[in-house]
Amino acid sequence: MISNKSTFWGYRRENGRVGVRNHVIILPVDDLSNAACEAVGHNIKGTLAIPHPYGRLQFGADLELHFQTLIGAGANPNVAAVVVIGIEEGWTQRVVEGIAKTGKPVTGFGIELHGDHDTIMRASKVAKEYVQWASELRRVECPISDLWVSTKCGESDTTSGCGSNPTVGNAFDKLEPLGVTMCFGETTEITGGELIVADRCATPQVRERFMYMFNRYQEVIDRHKTSDLSESQPTKGNIAGGLTTIEEKALGNIQKIGHKCKVVGVLDKAEVPTGPGLWFMDSSSAAAEMVTLVAASGYVVHFFPTGQGNVIGNPILPVIKLSANPRTCRTMSEHIDLDVSGLLQRQKNLDQCGDELLEIMMRTCNGRLTAAEALGHREFVLTRLYESA
Amino acid sequence: MIHFLVHDKKDTVGVIVVEGVKAGQDLVGWVMEGDSTVRVKALNDIPIGHKLATSPIKSGDTVIKYGHDIGKAVSDIRVGEHCHVHNLKTKRW
Repeated sequence: MISNKSTFWGYRRENGRVGVRNHVIILPVDDLSNAACEAVGHNIKGTLAIPHPYGRLQFGADLELHFQTLIGAGANPNVAAVVVIGIEEGWTQRVVEGIAKTGKPVTGFGIELHGDHDTIMRASKVAKEYVQWASELRRVECPISDLWVSTKCGESDTTSGCGSNPTVGNAFDKLEPLGVTMCFGETTEITGGELIVADRCATPQVRERFMYMFNRYQEVIDRHKTSDLSESQPTKGNIAGGLTTIEEKALGNIQKIGHKCKVVGVLDKAEVPTGPGLWFMDSSSAAAEMVTLVAASGYVVHFFPTGQGNVIGNPILPVIKLSANPRTCRTMSEHIDLDVSGLLQRQKNLDQCGDELLEIMMRTCNGRLTAAEALGHREFVLTRLYESA
Repeated sequence: MIHFLVHDKKDTVGVIVVEGVKAGQDLVGWVMEGDSTVRVKALNDIPIGHKLATSPIKSGDTVIKYGHDIGKAVSDIRVGEHCHVHNLKTKRW
């Protein structure tokens, strides 16, 4: 049983935050730098390149979100050190300076005036020093209140609302009194349950900001929609799994916030929370986009309930998958960290399943690889707000 | 054996939680709120995770699940009938 005396073994970083992984990442600023980053990742064993398709000619709020997501990924305490590579020096240094505020080792390289070969050689030398240094860092015993836990579900079906999402809610209700920092989001996927979430907001100011974020996203849907979004939200997989409308999906989705937790604050995309408790983050409901955003805001372990079997992972954030669908647990067992299908036959109760999820969370935090990590799922997907210039 | 779940006493639909439900099959449902049992005869083959009506629903009626509005019926739905995208639509968007 988890209590305020519970501890886990984590990596305490220079800024005091605690990580549960010890990655040295090779981070491209832009699409053009992926090849060099992947070459460094191949050269230096134990490092991890994180390629992505964006970073050129973005501007305004979309560019700010790009920087914030890259800087946040580098700053995440699951990361020990970072090599940044960009096509040119200016934006590269901007990412380096953002990450350097954590105090962790970070060095940037611009490709222009050097070419890939020279950049890869110089970056590899630094990456080798970093990975050898990081390999000697040791886990230390940390109080449970040092933990930041996020959640987002995917390829949901009706069993998500019956079993796996309420299991996360039960775990969150148990973590909240222990001073853990938590997060949920998926703004469109609250449509139909928005007033239930609004009623859980801790203050009128939080409620007002939540409704502002909710309505802002509804305006995006209204501006661009060409149908009732059926097959997009809910997805075709959701519908195959028996979910019919967005309202039904939303009411199942918000089972993840349990019965007791209050929403203490509202975050914009990739924004860093400023205290413990449950935060709402305005975010896409697409799995890899949302998980990338919470990784960038500093969360170190993630609960991912699935119905039909979403296979997502993240390069730096361990994604723990649970499902209550007995068919998914049977046919996709290699992806599922926790089978809670017994809930649907009254063989288990929510309290037991919540405890089982917390146990697997603690084991994951202490170093056990998740199914997604073992299978090499490293989806890193940047949210775009609009077209590039 | 539980064949379907109902979240709330007010709900007009339940969720099939076993594979292979066939038309004509007598089904046992668990109403989670209040921990009671209901029985319904399936009128269609219904896949796991899909819904069946547990109360008679008229075209235009609001369909209730989790005790809340999940959309409107676009045709009459009989007790035991499969309830999905062919007879239930969102009220949003």
